[in-house]
Amino acid sequence: MSTFASSRETTEGTIYSVTGGDWDQVASEIGSAKEERVVVNMGPQHPSTHGVLRLMLELEGETITELRCGIGYLHTGIEKNTEFRTWTQGVTFVTRMDYLSPLFNETTYCLGVEKLLGITNDVPERASVIRVMMMEFNRISSHMVALGTGALELGAITPMFFAFREREKVLDVFEKVSGLRMNMAYIRPGGVAQDLPEGTVAGIRELIKDLRKNFKDNAKLLIGNSIWIKRTKGVGYLDLAGCITLGVTGPVLRSTGMPWDLRKTQPYCGYENYDFDVITADTCDVYGRFLIRMQELEQSLRIIEQCCDKLDKLEGAPVMVADKKIAWPAQLSLGGDGLGNSLDHIRQIMGTSMEALIHHFKIVTEGFRVPAGQVYTPVESPRGELGAHLVSDGGTRPYRVHFRAPSFSNLQSTSAMCEGSLIADVVAAVASIDPVMGDVDR
Amino acid sequence: MSEQKGSFGIQGTGDTSGYGGLVRSSFSPTSAQKPYGSYFDEVTDELERAFPEFNDAIEKVVVDRGELTLHIKRQRLFDVAKTLRDTETLRFEVCLGVSGVHYPEDSQRELHAVYELLSMTNNRRLRLEVSTPDSDPHIPSLVEVWAGTNWHEREAYDMFGIIFDGHPALTRILMPDDWPGHPQRKDYPLGGISVEYVGATIPSPDNRRSYR
Repeated sequence: MSTFASSRETTEGTIYSVTGGDWDQVASEIGSAKEERVVVNMGPQHPSTHGVLRLMLELEGETITELRCGIGYLHTGIEKNTEFRTWTQGVTFVTRMDYLSPLFNETTYCLGVEKLLGITNDVPERASVIRVMMMEFNRISSHMVALGTGALELGAITPMFFAFREREKVLDVFEKVSGLRMNMAYIRPGGVAQDLPEGTVAGIRELIKDLRKNFKDNAKLLIGNSIWIKRTKGVGYLDLAGCITLGVTGPVLRSTGMPWDLRKTQPYCGYENYDFDVITADTCDVYGRFLIRMQELEQSLRIIEQCCDKLDKLEGAPVMVADKKIAWPAQLSLGGDGLGNSLDHIRQIMGTSMEALIHHFKIVTEGFRVPAGQVYTPVESPRGELGAHLVSDGGTRPYRVHFRAPSFSNLQSTSAMCEGSLIADVVAAVASIDPVMGDVDR
Repeated sequence: MSEQKGSFGIQGTGDTSGYGGLVRSSFSPTSAQKPYGSYFDEVTDELERAFPEFNDAIEKVVVDRGELTLHIKRQRLFDVAKTLRDTETLRFEVCLGVSGVHYPEDSQRELHAVYELLSMTNNRRLRLEVSTPDSDPHIPSLVEVWAGTNWHEREAYDMFGIIFDGHPALTRILMPDDWPGHPQRKDYPLGGISVEYVGATIPSPDNRRSYR
């Protein structure tokens, strides 16, 4: 009688349920079985599967003969929900998809709404610069998680501590600017929710120096590390042809030597005015993908520095479109009881202008109408091409919102990367794709 | 597309809370006239040259907000897609995904599948739109042309019930396998239904017990 949780006979063969700590018994029992083919279910709660990802592995010994992904455990119906809210409220939903890069979700959605409204060129320059700066900070915080957890999954604990320490500093910037560390709903159709608080740019300049030094130290922990090299070089191989046919974008595509970055090839938010390099590698493997992420950190810092210079010049410029029929009626301000509508605005609508009160009420409860049509607006998120397919029927709510999520498309390549490799390499391959399950399942 | 008067442009009851039932109006974009502008003329001309049955396959060409959309008959989708990928001057080598849209008022064309294509070679984008009647929701699968559409087609099937003929394993991808209905269709409510799992039922919000 074996001591592991349970086993039962099915038409597919014997199924063993393992709960941990009983691997020896299972292994010995399987060893005496006639069949050599073993199917192992990994996840959806396995610590190294990046959230609720389920992998079904068919093994022969330690070699994977077939791999399938099971997804959908984090499906929250965000696309459906947005159809029942105003265009502005949609931001609050979509920011929760890819929870490691919320500002990219917001930007791609807002660019889509602005394109539908035909106000793309009316968005103030200061708003675009703030968007770029916030997105690049977000790229840093997202890459920090990718590098930290990626290293952790391969057994290196220190890089994770260091990466999360740096990420924390970036989240502090988000908190200072938007009031929230994650899911900020900061970028809104027409601009951003509020201007930068005083002293932000000066603080960011100081932070850049600090981050730049620490990034170099962190990189040293991995780049020359012989264990890291052995676990990542030649692992999770996917070449250019594979990436193209599977629609894989982002660092995975750039690790094949293809310099495809939408910030360069199809610029948005004024990225054509910034000086930065597209980082590539030619290894097609896990090592190259992490190397790209490490080097992209420096490029993001370069862009943020240029943003700081631009912001100094644009001090006091508006951060929301001038059209009062679209712009949110009030800027937020910090009062004694927390963040809320500015007191000047409250005084105006409650005390002096009935029309302003009606306008505020209408635009907040009903929202604005968006002319009928459909658009697709892509941005380069830390994971690849994130695109919003928005359809409007001319109403105050979206008719259909669909997101082309980079994690969803890239995760599809797991089978191509892993079949034929060893079981331990699956963890490295999945980590190099850096899927966020909120983005995959939406 | 109808013309909008004013930003608020109230018609009917003006109820926007959603509790009075959402009113949806259907719309259909008009076909564009040549010249289309930008690279759109080049793309359509090249496609016409490489695909002789162009006029039979393309229902209409829509140019809106700087984006090109080709509405294609579903019987011809596979051939058009293959031509777009393989013709040297077109080279749309990446399909970014499939997005379903449900237009219940668009009689005999209720379900639409929207494909976003990208040509990295020429740095161009193109959208294909295919419609199918709700009573016969079949569209040919493009997995053979772009392997990456595999999961996207499964999602469109899961959410809209579009059946992609020729797909290697068309199963649900986000919802549980035994889920009834296709959630992102317009005739599927947002909430107020009991959530069912195998062996358990979670009642809808209005049927749950209240905590006092």
